[in-house]
Amino acid sequence: MTRITGAIVPLGAALFAFLFGALMIVALGENPLDGLGAMIDGAFGTGDRVAATAVRATPLLLVGVGITIAFRASVINIGGEGQIIAGALLSTAVALAIPDTPKIVLLPLVILAGLVGGGIWGAIPGVLKAYASVNEILSTIMLNIVAIQLMNYLLRGPMIDPIEVDGSNIPQTERLSDNAALPTLIEGTRLHLGVPIAIIAAILVYVMLFRTPLGFRLRAVGHNPDAARAAGISVEKNIVTALGLSGALSGLAGVVLVFGSESLRLVTDGGSAGFTGSAGFNGIVAALFGALHPLWTIPSSFLFGSLLTGATELQRELQIPNALAIALNGLIVLFVVSSDKVRTWLNRRLDRGTPFEAEIPDAPDPDDPPDVSGVGIAEGAS
Amino acid sequence: MKSVRKSQLLKLLGTLFAFTLIAVACGSDDATGTATSDCGTNTGVEEGDSVTDLTVALVAPSAKDDVAFTQSMVDSLTRLGIEPAITDGTFVVEEAAAAIRAYAEDGVDIVIAHGTQYGGSLAEIAPDFPETSFLWGTATDTQGLPNVYAYAPEADQGGYVNGYIAAGISVDIGVVGPVDAGDASAYVNGFVKGAQANGASAPAVVYTGSFSDVALATETAQAHADNGVGVLTGTSQSAVGAVNIATANDLAWFGTQSNTEAWESDLTVASQVYHWDVVLSTMIEQIEDGTLGGEAMVLTLENGGLVMEFNGCYDLESSLRSDAEGVIEDIIAGDITTK
Amino acid sequence: MSDFFTVSVLVATLATAIRFSVPYLLAALGETIGQRSGVLNLGVDGTMLLGAFGAYYTVLETGSHLLGIVVGIAIGLLMGLVYAIVTVFLQAEQGISGIGIFLFGLGFSDLLFQELVGTPKPIKPLPTLDKLPGVGGIFEPLVDIEHLGTLLFKHNLLTYLAFFLVPVVTWVLMKTTFGMNVRAVGENPQAADSLGVSVARTRFIAITIGSAFAGLAGATLSLQLAIFQHNLTNGIGFIAVALVYFGAWQPRWVMSGALLYGLVTATRIKWQSLDIIPQGASDIAAMAPAIITILALVLLASRVRGPAALTKPFTRH
Repeated sequence: MTRITGAIVPLGAALFAFLFGALMIVALGENPLDGLGAMIDGAFGTGDRVAATAVRATPLLLVGVGITIAFRASVINIGGEGQIIAGALLSTAVALAIPDTPKIVLLPLVILAGLVGGGIWGAIPGVLKAYASVNEILSTIMLNIVAIQLMNYLLRGPMIDPIEVDGSNIPQTERLSDNAALPTLIEGTRLHLGVPIAIIAAILVYVMLFRTPLGFRLRAVGHNPDAARAAGISVEKNIVTALGLSGALSGLAGVVLVFGSESLRLVTDGGSAGFTGSAGFNGIVAALFGALHPLWTIPSSFLFGSLLTGATELQRELQIPNALAIALNGLIVLFVVSSDKVRTWLNRRLDRGTPFEAEIPDAPDPDDPPDVSGVGIAEGAS
Repeated sequence: MKSVRKSQLLKLLGTLFAFTLIAVACGSDDATGTATSDCGTNTGVEEGDSVTDLTVALVAPSAKDDVAFTQSMVDSLTRLGIEPAITDGTFVVEEAAAAIRAYAEDGVDIVIAHGTQYGGSLAEIAPDFPETSFLWGTATDTQGLPNVYAYAPEADQGGYVNGYIAAGISVDIGVVGPVDAGDASAYVNGFVKGAQANGASAPAVVYTGSFSDVALATETAQAHADNGVGVLTGTSQSAVGAVNIATANDLAWFGTQSNTEAWESDLTVASQVYHWDVVLSTMIEQIEDGTLGGEAMVLTLENGGLVMEFNGCYDLESSLRSDAEGVIEDIIAGDITTK
Repeated sequence: MSDFFTVSVLVATLATAIRFSVPYLLAALGETIGQRSGVLNLGVDGTMLLGAFGAYYTVLETGSHLLGIVVGIAIGLLMGLVYAIVTVFLQAEQGISGIGIFLFGLGFSDLLFQELVGTPKPIKPLPTLDKLPGVGGIFEPLVDIEHLGTLLFKHNLLTYLAFFLVPVVTWVLMKTTFGMNVRAVGENPQAADSLGVSVARTRFIAITIGSAFAGLAGATLSLQLAIFQHNLTNGIGFIAVALVYFGAWQPRWVMSGALLYGLVTATRIKWQSLDIIPQGASDIAAMAPAIITILALVLLASRVRGPAALTKPFTRH
């Protein structure tokens, strides 16, 4: 019963957002049903489009899963964009340096490089927060800017496609080694290995968060740092770990974006969104919609992935700017976060008191402080 | 339970209602057309007779009316009487790739991938649709694909002409560039060379690092103005901020890509305008004859793809004007190298 | 290098820094008010974009700067109301709700711009002090003062307003009853509540005022640049939030942060325009403001603790 309530409320909230979208489509002089049809067709119309939707969802899922770690440890990571870029740059550098290495070696190395690159970019704000009291919101915002310019610099200079130097000077790498490409899973579609990798990552993070001492420590620090410290847990180390892991998963998203892209190369348009498609922000949305739970983030990411592919089709067919989809994403966030309170009220009314995620077994540790609300991090309400 | 949900609903609806009001209030105001120059010299783009029955789709990174790169293509298609299906503003490369693929799947005959950065994706898409012809620019090669035409402007040519005239107006020249790449850097390099050929020392060139950061482009132009330049030029959609600074400081302005008179009629001296229709019409003829690609074409002053549009409202010294005409002829004749 | 240290170049750089920092300053001041009451608003950038578009569109249609500014503020107020409902009454998680406001503002401002305007048409820019209709002549002698005139008197009215608001906000926060309430609910809402201060109402007002600042910041940006475009702010709102942490929730230090950020950016532009920074290093130079802001905080950091109840919703027991 509680579980059903838990799912219905955010879905209802999403419905409100779509209602707004429908009103906007009417205001733009189009039939909202046509709009919905175009979106569904764009996201699921053909096997290839379903695959494209899954591929679009993958970076959201990886960033989102990383976000669940950070937010569970009560650190706000809005540096996803920068961490994606850092992971992409390091993994691309590896692929450029040793292109002829056999696939069985190169692909894991590239993935590892992405994790390391993103991890470092995430750990820096962690260290700054833990040991220099620099707020992570400030440092992640600033590091996004640094990462973008670093990418611009590297793609115009050291990493540029040699052909481009005397040609159009496009800031992009050469086509990367096929040995580093994420293999296509179903011939004729874009579905590549990155999709199952992201799903496995989500499951691993779930296990890590709820089944291991590390996960317990992270959540304990997030729940009540003073109590955690009293229990002998290093708050500093766990903050660095949380942001590092969160960044590593975003870095992996960077790998997927480069080595699963149509063009198999890293290209910049001078900003971050041209490369990331704002996955660093949309991933936060996906994580939230998945109630900051790694497993629920999987279907949530696919929903937002389909919204994005659907919006492309909406623009193609009805000339409705895909800016509408971005606005809708924002509304969904607002409605969903607001609905959390409703869910709590409803749960209380039902006199069950068990929040939505309690259905999934929690960490085995008996001392584990229970999450107090559906999204787990709103513990200030207690 | 019911009352809780109801009050919640009411709150949400209230929010929704407020937004809807704005939306409706704004929506009732019809979108305006293109801006026209006060002087009336900039008559806009005339729609030509349709040259083909083939269907055309355009995917472009900025807005279709950006007074820059994308608009130059839309205007060119209009001159050919072609009304393409458009997906604009797709600066996210993977989104553009999805749109390009979808048009090809829909059976569109000619898909224009109007962004250099789309090339990598096109190399993967084009082989999947051998019956479709793809046009890609700005690019100087077709990546060996038989169904891809590449197009590029020799932007340095018009840059050279602009620079040459600019140096005749003032030896202190400021350039606001976006990112040192593609036709932006070609234009800037040509501009610098042209200015130096006419006696200016070295125009101050600043790349802001962004195609879209208007604030930075504006402050960069202001910095140039403070340094005492007499002439400004700039490229990319962020240049609009720099044009405003030219206006505020009475500085001559040189445009590129599309005609920027619409922005500032009095101070635009000349604009290098891309007339893609010159190469497009050749491509379309060849496509109708069954050759779907395999050739790279460039816009030059010689083939009429680059047009120097002088602003009738700007009082340009006649000797300088005729010198400029001479430079254009020399470039066409190959007596001046602009690279 | 020597070029840079002539007085006129320094003055021009400082003047650029001042002008450049105004939108950051206004947005960060508003965020300071909200955060002092215990509410983080990450949606500043989205509110700024909507305010920027509203002001731009109003001026485009009516030609009135004043009306544009009013519309910008009104949009800020409206977004503030929404955010207050979401975070205060519905007690939503603040970091995430802010992202919602940001995405909505980013998408909706772009949508409206594309549908209502399309081609980026310039509007008439905000007049500087000496060009003000009617009274501009009074200031002309001031502007003509060597160096000092450019530095201090060649700005538009919103610039003066922004810096004037720094002591005003300080005064309101530190000296008025409302300000005391704001700080109280930001530090210890339980205690404030037991003393009869309405936590919800105080936060509601603080957020709405703060958001109105963001709307004004957006209006300032689009009117100063005399243009609107997709994502005009390019992340200014996020940097403004960062500056609040930089300034340790003190308006004067927030102002210092905004000026520092503006100064580093202005210096970078100036050095590039004077060819002190070579073209090839332009990307590296563009990192400077972000890196210097972080380093400054690491090195100078007063280890000031923020409002204790920041990001924590309040429930009465």
